Amino acid sequence: MRYAMAVDTKKCVGCSDCVVACQTENNVPIGYCREWVVEVLDGTYPQLEMEIRSERCNHCENSPCVRCCPTGASHYSDGGIVLVNEKKCIGCGACITSCPYDARYTHPNGYVDKCTFCIHRIHDGLKPACAAVCPTKCIYFGDLEDPGSEVSEILKKRKHKTLIPEAGTKPQLYFLI
Amino acid sequence: MTTRRQFIKISAYSVGVLAVGTGVYKAIDKLSAPIQANTLTVDLTRIPTYCEVCFWKCAGWIYKNDQGKIWKIIGNDEDLNCNGRLCPRGTGGVGMYYDEDRLKTPLIRTSDRGKQVFREASWDEAFAYIAEKMKKIAADHGPECVALFTHGSGGTYFGDLIKAYGSTSIAAPSYAQCRGPREVGFIATFGEEVGSPENTDIRDTKCLVLIGSHIGENMHNGQVQEMSDAIDKGATIITVDPRFSTAAGKSKFWLPIKPATDLALLLTWIREIIYNHYYDEAYVEKYCFGFEALKEHVKDYTPEWAYGITTIDPNLIRATAKEMANAAPAVIVHPGRHVTWYGDDTQRSRAIAILNALLGSWGRRGGFFRPDKFDLPSYPHPPFPEPQKTWRDAFPDKYRLADLALASGICEATIPTAARDCSFKGWIVNGTNLIETLPNQKQTIEAIQHLDLLVVVDTMPMEITGWADVVLPECTYIERYDSIRTGPHRKPQIALRMAATEPLFDSKPAAWMAIELSKHLGLEDYFRWGTIEELLDWQLKQVGSSLEEMKRIGVKTIERANDDIYFTENEEIEFSTPTGKIELYSTSFEAEGFDPLPKFTQHEEPPQGFYRLIYGRGPAHTFSRTANNPNLTDIMGENVLWVNPKVAREWGLENEQPVWLENQDGIQSEFSIKVRVTERIRWDSVYMVHGFGHADKRLRRCYGKGASDTKLITRVHIDPIMGGTGMRGNFVTFLTEKPAEKEVAS
Repeated sequence: MRYAMAVDTKKCVGCSDCVVACQTENNVPIGYCREWVVEVLDGTYPQLEMEIRSERCNHCENSPCVRCCPTGASHYSDGGIVLVNEKKCIGCGACITSCPYDARYTHPNGYVDKCTFCIHRIHDGLKPACAAVCPTKCIYFGDLEDPGSEVSEILKKRKHKTLIPEAGTKPQLYFLI
Repeated sequence: MTTRRQFIKISAYSVGVLAVGTGVYKAIDKLSAPIQANTLTVDLTRIPTYCEVCFWKCAGWIYKNDQGKIWKIIGNDEDLNCNGRLCPRGTGGVGMYYDEDRLKTPLIRTSDRGKQVFREASWDEAFAYIAEKMKKIAADHGPECVALFTHGSGGTYFGDLIKAYGSTSIAAPSYAQCRGPREVGFIATFGEEVGSPENTDIRDTKCLVLIGSHIGENMHNGQVQEMSDAIDKGATIITVDPRFSTAAGKSKFWLPIKPATDLALLLTWIREIIYNHYYDEAYVEKYCFGFEALKEHVKDYTPEWAYGITTIDPNLIRATAKEMANAAPAVIVHPGRHVTWYGDDTQRSRAIAILNALLGSWGRRGGFFRPDKFDLPSYPHPPFPEPQKTWRDAFPDKYRLADLALASGICEATIPTAARDCSFKGWIVNGTNLIETLPNQKQTIEAIQHLDLLVVVDTMPMEITGWADVVLPECTYIERYDSIRTGPHRKPQIALRMAATEPLFDSKPAAWMAIELSKHLGLEDYFRWGTIEELLDWQLKQVGSSLEEMKRIGVKTIERANDDIYFTENEEIEFSTPTGKIELYSTSFEAEGFDPLPKFTQHEEPPQGFYRLIYGRGPAHTFSRTANNPNLTDIMGENVLWVNPKVAREWGLENEQPVWLENQDGIQSEFSIKVRVTERIRWDSVYMVHGFGHADKRLRRCYGKGASDTKLITRVHIDPIMGGTGMRGNFVTFLTEKPAEKEVAS
């Protein structure tokens, strides 16, 4: 099993509903977020191009955050999902520094927090909150080892990229371009 | 200026209320304590609702956590408005409930050693006070002199109350400040309004033309979803906008038009479509009136003519006209929603309607469908008294084509003049912050000074509450029942809003307020239905459902009586226009003395050193209503000013630099706004999202954040056809230093 997510930049309007849904679903405190939206603009008026991306933890297959964690709090869970065991986390922040995607933050309760792909929802057969709420249906989620999953299907059909592939972390968050 | 009514600020307000606030704060802290992940899967109850954060009214489910506290709101899969997916504002609706700055108790304005203050009051005191004033206004001036402004579900009940009292002056700013010109333009052409949600068949369109419409920045949920579906299906999007909007970024064609020239482009498109025989000849022949007159009328509007006005490349105009024709009839020239721009907005909407008629898209798949709606019976009540006069009497022979009341008109008519015998003496304001909603704040505040009674019903201490005599704290939609939602769609649906929890503080539902106030006014006979639950159950049972059923399902779909969502081949149709045809040439406009065919008019351009002020929507906010919502301020806590890099260089402006703005009338922004240097805006304009720059300190999260566009909109171009308030004819310049404090009108 290999969970992955694909975000369609052609459909994403950058409304940040994913961010709000993540916040309420996972009780992320006001003032913090596990995901965010990026707008990249190229060109000069009126020759312009814009890419909008909903971003979060890339659940890398070769995760520097897991490697550098001194207590084993950061670990791989089902289907390669990268999680933090908040009881083991001492809040040292090594993982925050090691992450090329800046996907982690220190929760006011002292531990490091991040996207879980809503693993509690996956266990219930649901999609992550961001994918379930997105009004543009631009977030695809599933098991890459299942060729029939929506994420496998869309990655077969569409041109895509990952962010900072040169960091060698084997990110599992794909962007359809 | 000595005024009778002062704006009440926090200094006067806090004494009594902070004591309440402190206790509340503790309660809130406890409520929002994080829930551990292992509790998320416990059996949860879910309560049906429909959203009140905007007018789209998506149906959803309110979930509670295992401590019984409000946790999250998720869309209802059955609902055609949202298809199970709420927008960020709907998802963030929980923030409305948890906002610590909510109004907590009724307030009555009093005078304390010459200074006006609010005192906390009981509900009974508040109602007695209002009833006494309303009775006096009725006796002295007639009940017609009380008006209701409403933009929320509570308007239903206050509407019944005010009709029972004897007035029919009920206005929503969503008409004369927003979609009114569009409705009048479409009614004149097709005999039908566009309505809400719009009957645009975006899901199945092959070509979507957006002209000053910002789907994706306005999160009109169903439309955003369908635009995404259309992208998936390979539809062409054509966006006309001086700003590289989100939709422009998704478009095959972006026409970076010079602001205020849209009508020139539309007329040229009409010409291209007629003279290249791109139009649907059979459709025009069968259904349309006035084709030859239109053809003659537009003959000189060539792409080269339009180029000089709009700055759009003539070949791009030709190519886009062809693109529309290729997609026809599955093409939508979108009517937009906030269309009160330059004062000729009804005529621009007419041009849009005409274009759609020529392409044969009205009533066709991928164009505009025929919506269907299911109406519930009203509970029997005595007939409402017939008012002796209405808001229309304030404007004899004007705005006769307006099909709804003008909020701005009632505001204007509140200021007495020698020529007018209909001036308003009392306002009830429900769920609309008129200070930030109506343009020309000075006039709004002047009108307020002439009132004998101003009652404001709101959940938040919005600016308008500071001017009130009585403030009634409404509970949020999460805490109340409301009337059944019955809006139109592809299939008729009804949706229930149920109270998910007891109201926080001493806030109450508007329905309850209206019933209680009716007792003080001796009008309880109009509210014989008992509690709102009893009313809803009675209504639902008349149509074979029940409150019990709706509590379980939230949304009920009723099949269409006929399979008539689109026109059928050669269907005989009588349109509700004077000729019974789609009127390319408007006989109703002609009868009222207006141009029966839209003409291009030149609008004023910004003076040297000034830039046109363009405002719009951010996806995480609704008007000025959500600016203090904790979840949504997390996404966008203030607005920024978009400035083209050329302009920024000229002024030496940098990203994040705070500037103040001054408009053509010398009016300055109260607060600074941060510059965003971006290629996404033309050099002759600046842009900001509407709804920020709040000036009431009781809104602690958003006070002083960003600038208020409304404050800078002092020049209003009134649409002579229906009284819409054109607001895009204002120009601003930058002040890089904080301007000296001017005396704030109080």
